[in-house]
Amino acid sequence: MPQPFITRGFVGKRQDAGGAAGRIPPGQHLVKDFPVLSAGPTPRADLRTWTFRIEGLVKEPAQWSWDEFRELPAQDFTKDISCVTKWTKLDTHWRGVSVDVLLEHVDLDRSAAFVTAFSDGGYTTNIPLPELLNGQAFVAYEYDGKPLAPEHGGPARLVVPQLYFWKSAKWVRGLRLMERDQPGFWESLGYNNHGDPWKEERYSGD
Amino acid sequence: MDELVLDGNAAAGALAEIYGDDMTTVLAECASCGRVDPIGGLVAFVHAPGIVLRCTACATVMIRIVQTPSRTRIDVRAKRIPPPPETAR
Amino acid sequence: MKGTIEWQIATVTALRDETSEVKTLTLSLPNWTAHRPGQHYDVRLTATDGYSAQRSYSVASEPERTGEIDLTVERIGDGEVSPYLDDTVVVGDRFEVRGPIGGYFVWDRSIDGSLLLVAGGSGVVPLMAMLRHRASAGVGTPAALLYSARTYDQIIYGAELDMLRRSDGLRLTYTLTRAQPPGWKGYARRIDDAMLREVSANLGGEVLAYVCGPTALVEVVADGLERIGLPAERIRTERFGPSGT
Repeated sequence: MPQPFITRGFVGKRQDAGGAAGRIPPGQHLVKDFPVLSAGPTPRADLRTWTFRIEGLVKEPAQWSWDEFRELPAQDFTKDISCVTKWTKLDTHWRGVSVDVLLEHVDLDRSAAFVTAFSDGGYTTNIPLPELLNGQAFVAYEYDGKPLAPEHGGPARLVVPQLYFWKSAKWVRGLRLMERDQPGFWESLGYNNHGDPWKEERYSGD
Repeated sequence: MDELVLDGNAAAGALAEIYGDDMTTVLAECASCGRVDPIGGLVAFVHAPGIVLRCTACATVMIRIVQTPSRTRIDVRAKRIPPPPETAR
Repeated sequence: MKGTIEWQIATVTALRDETSEVKTLTLSLPNWTAHRPGQHYDVRLTATDGYSAQRSYSVASEPERTGEIDLTVERIGDGEVSPYLDDTVVVGDRFEVRGPIGGYFVWDRSIDGSLLLVAGGSGVVPLMAMLRHRASAGVGTPAALLYSARTYDQIIYGAELDMLRRSDGLRLTYTLTRAQPPGWKGYARRIDDAMLREVSANLGGEVLAYVCGPTALVEVVADGLERIGLPAERIRTERFGPSGT
């Protein structure tokens, strides 16, 4: 790579991290707004036909309707999130169902080690199963006390806050348990299969 | 929201980098519905980890482009488009 | 096209306010190549810590002006490139550009037929490059511009368009969708089929349409032009943000 040409006076619309600098992963900058990123048109889900599924290496797949999903025990989560496009947003407030709670409804095959999250519109992303366990990940349907907006993934999105945010699939419709890692939409074109912001795992083989 | 072109024209720079030539007038046929449009007329999603060009009729992914620090990678799913150089796949 | 896609360092040689929200930057280019009107340049800005942002801007000037280009930039309130270009840049500043880019939304004198140009807001910029080229190259083909702006004050290139109307036979029509000055006799509504029919009437020859503006306007106009009888392959469109949905 040739040296970049520095533009006099250009800083972007980034915030000074100030005392929060220790919470900003390397190469990231702080934002106050909530940027909308999307690889495709925003689907408008019909909650009457919406379902959430857990399938793959489980004895019996589990499936919930929207009403059933809303009756599952929910929790509030306050998390910092980091997008691979280099913004980090602190203290985002979510409400949703822990993946632990969802997995209580299935018998996992011992060989299950990876998960593909799949979404309306065809988006997929792959995540090592351990990253979804022990209260780390959840399926959110409220943001900042309001129903999750479609542009941010509503009616429901996966949130895996300790990984780059492309792993937090918008419009998520289910999780598929697998023995082997299967690269998803961005991972199959060079993004990292793991995606830990603190290790700057942005790309694979780069 | 930011100032963004929402056509395949927005990917013209990245595509020219890969193919060494302007690609926006090249016709692309959707592998799903058969719709044919010039690449410059496809619907572009650029506010994402990469660039995604989709069919104007059915929104099927036709081209994806990711720029990593070391190279630019492309995945072409549309028909008719010339195969990209080996180094960009 | 080959050889024109390398990044090069442009130097700002002039700045001009077009409206309160729109500014034109004249850039001197070390590796200038004649563009085709309608093409754009990518602009890349890089902060001292390596953070960079990239956007595309249409060329506003005609290719007959050698060695430099004009980019006309609308300030987007929460953007990060346009506020820099509109507020921070001074003459003498330098930043990276690459281009000219795009072969789809272009028109030049080699293309036959009369021109029907439809612009929404800053979508007029690439169309202005076409009109400036048409005037500069002395092309006699009929041309009409239908330009939708919110208010009279937001019209970009107003004085120059008026000159082209008087001296170059441009059929110029404005529609002001939000507010109109006292005594305004022009259109005061969003573009519809009746308006498209009126502005394209008796243009003569085979009509080639170029539509540039916000996505919603582009779609309404492109559909409308088809409904009033223009074949889809004679309609070229270019959409500007917002994006995301």
